[in-house]
Amino acid sequence: MKENTSLAAKISGAPYIAWMIIFIIFPLAVVAYFAFTDSSGSFTLNNIATLSRYSDIFLRSIWFGAIATIICLVISYPLAYIISQTAQDNQRIIIMLVMLPMWMNFLLRTYSWMLILEDTGIINNWLIKLGLEPVQMINTSGAVILGMVYNYLPYMILPLYSIMSRMDNSIIEAARDLGGNSAKIVQKVVFPISMPGVVSGITMVFVPSVSTFYISQKLGGGKFTLIGDVIEMQFQTSYNYNLGAAMSLALMVLILACLFVMNKFTDEDDGGILV
Amino acid sequence: MENNVIIDLKNIAVTFDEEPILKGINLYIRDGEFVTLLGPSGCGKTTTLRIIAGFLEPNSGDVMFENKRINGVPPHKRQVNTIFQRYALFPHLNVYENVAFGLRLKKLPEKEIRQTVEEMLSLVNLKGFSKRKVESLSGGQQQRVAIARALAVKPRVLLLDEPLGALDLKLRKDMQIELKNIQQRLGITFIYVTHDQEEALSMSDTVVVMDCGRIQQIGTPIDIYNEPKNAFVADFIGESNILDGIMKSDYSVEFSGHTFECLDKGFDKNESVDVVVRPEDVDVVAVEKGAICGTVTSVTFKGVHFEMIVDIDGFKWMIQSTDQQFEGDEIGLVIEPDAIHIMKKSDYSGQFGDYSSFSDEIEQLSSASEEV
Repeated sequence: MKENTSLAAKISGAPYIAWMIIFIIFPLAVVAYFAFTDSSGSFTLNNIATLSRYSDIFLRSIWFGAIATIICLVISYPLAYIISQTAQDNQRIIIMLVMLPMWMNFLLRTYSWMLILEDTGIINNWLIKLGLEPVQMINTSGAVILGMVYNYLPYMILPLYSIMSRMDNSIIEAARDLGGNSAKIVQKVVFPISMPGVVSGITMVFVPSVSTFYISQKLGGGKFTLIGDVIEMQFQTSYNYNLGAAMSLALMVLILACLFVMNKFTDEDDGGILV
Repeated sequence: MENNVIIDLKNIAVTFDEEPILKGINLYIRDGEFVTLLGPSGCGKTTTLRIIAGFLEPNSGDVMFENKRINGVPPHKRQVNTIFQRYALFPHLNVYENVAFGLRLKKLPEKEIRQTVEEMLSLVNLKGFSKRKVESLSGGQQQRVAIARALAVKPRVLLLDEPLGALDLKLRKDMQIELKNIQQRLGITFIYVTHDQEEALSMSDTVVVMDCGRIQQIGTPIDIYNEPKNAFVADFIGESNILDGIMKSDYSVEFSGHTFECLDKGFDKNESVDVVVRPEDVDVVAVEKGAICGTVTSVTFKGVHFEMIVDIDGFKWMIQSTDQQFEGDEIGLVIEPDAIHIMKKSDYSGQFGDYSSFSDEIEQLSSASEEV
C-alpha cells in the first residue's frame, strides 16, 4: 500500500512535532547535558560516579515501588472483575467513585493520611478509647507504601476494568461450555486476555511510585528517603543541578530496565501499551 | 414416546424481571435429529437453547437428558456444546490451541489431542491453519474454528445459536450445506436457532416455530410450509395470503365472495376459518375464466417470477407468476383445491396475510432489526 500523506496532514502534524521537540526531546537533552557536566560546564563523569553512594536509596525506591505495585494489582484485579460484572448503571457510579480521589489534590490526600495514622491520630484515638494499646503507624515503611497504594490505585483499576468490561461474555461461556470450572476459566482465559491491562496498570503504578517524592517525607518521617526526595533536594536545597540530573537519568534507565524485564515475562506482542 | 429421545423439555417456564420469556415449553428431541428453533427475535428461541446448554436455569419445568433430570447441572458437566453467534473464539490462542482447549481441560495425552485437533480441522476444511491467529481469519473461517472447537470434545448434542447470522448470503448458503453434511456424517444431534425461515426449511429434519415464548408448531419443513397451524406460522414461513373464510361443508369453503372446492374437512358447518393461499399457487387467467378477479396494483420483477399485489374486493393479495402483468390490468384468478389450506381461528387471526401495507423496504427493515 502506498503511503499517502497530503500537505494538510503534514501541516496539521507540525504543532505536535514542534511540541515534542521543545518539551520532550530538548529537556531530555538538557538533563543529559547537566548530568555529564560540572557546575562550570565542562565534561565530567563525577556525577555518575557519585550515584553509587545513593545505591541503597535507588534500591529502596524500586523495592517500595514494586511492593506498592503488587499490592495495587492484588487489590485491583478482583475489584475490576467484579465491577465489570455488575449492572451497567452501577459500573459508571463505581468507576466514578474510584476516580474521585484523583480529583483531590495529591498533597491534601497525603496530609489526610498523616492525620489518620499519627500517634495521636484518628486510628490511635479510637484504639485508646477502646482501651487498647496505640500502634506505631506513621513513620514506618508500611505507611509510605500505603501512601503509594492509595495514591496510585486508580491507575491500576482503570486499565484493568477497561479491558475486562470489553471482554465478550460469550468467550467465558464458551470456556465453561468446553469443560472449564471457574478457576480454570480465570487461569486459561480471563487472565491471559486481560494481560495487556495488567501490563499497562503495572506501568502506570510502578513508574510514579518509584519516582515519587513527598509521600515518604510526610508518612515516613524522613526515615525512608526515596530517590524522588533526593532529586528534589538537589534542585531545591543543594542547588546541585548536575547531580540531580544524573540521578533523574539513572532513574529513567532503571525504570526502563525494570519494564523491559517485566515485558519479557509477559507474552510476545501483548504488551503494546507499554512505554 | 420413542426411546431414542435425547433431550426432553417438560413445561419449561422462564421469567426475566417479571416478564415471561418462555411460557410452558414442551419439546422432545430425538438422538441424531437436526432440529431448528425458528421465530422472530424475542420469541424465546435463544433462551430455550441456553436452558439446554445450562447457562440459564428455568423458573419451573424439567430439563431431561436421556431420561435423567439435569436441572442444576453446570454447562461444563453436560454432554452438550454451543456454537455462539459471534464465534466467541479465544483471541489469545491460535487456531490449534482454540480447538485443543476443551481437550486440554480433559487432560488428554498430547498425542491424542493432536490427532483430534487435526481430524477436526480437516472436517471443517481448515487444514494448514493450525498456527494462524484467530483474528487473522475471515468470519467464515472463524466460524469453522468454533465448530471444530465444539466438536472436538465429542458432544452428544451441538447447539448452534444463529451461527451464520454474521456471514454474507453466498457464504451462508455454502455453510448451510456444510453444516448439514457434518451433522449427517457425525450423526450427532444439532439444535439450531435461526430467524431465517429459508435456512430452517432447507436444513432441518424438524422445525419448531416459536413466538411470544410459546411453541406455535412442530413439524417437518414440508408440514410446516403446507399445513401451517395458525396465521402466525403461515405468515412467518414464506409468503401467504390469509383470508377470512366460512367452511360451507366438508371440502367446500367460501372466501372472497366465491365458494371453492378444497381438501380440508372436519370443521363445523359454517365455521369461521382462516384460509391460506400461497402466492405461487394461484393461477393467473383471463378475467372471464377466473373464479375471482381483481386489479393489479403493483408489479415487481424478482428474477424467477413477477411478484404482484392484486386488489380483490379491497383485500390485497400477493401473487407470483412467470407471466408479466402490468399495473392496472384486470386479471382473473383460479385456485385449485390443493392450493387451499384451512386453519382454525386463533389469536393471530386477522393480524397477518394482507399485503395492503406491504413493501420490500419494510420487510428488509424488520428482518434487519431481527438480526441485531
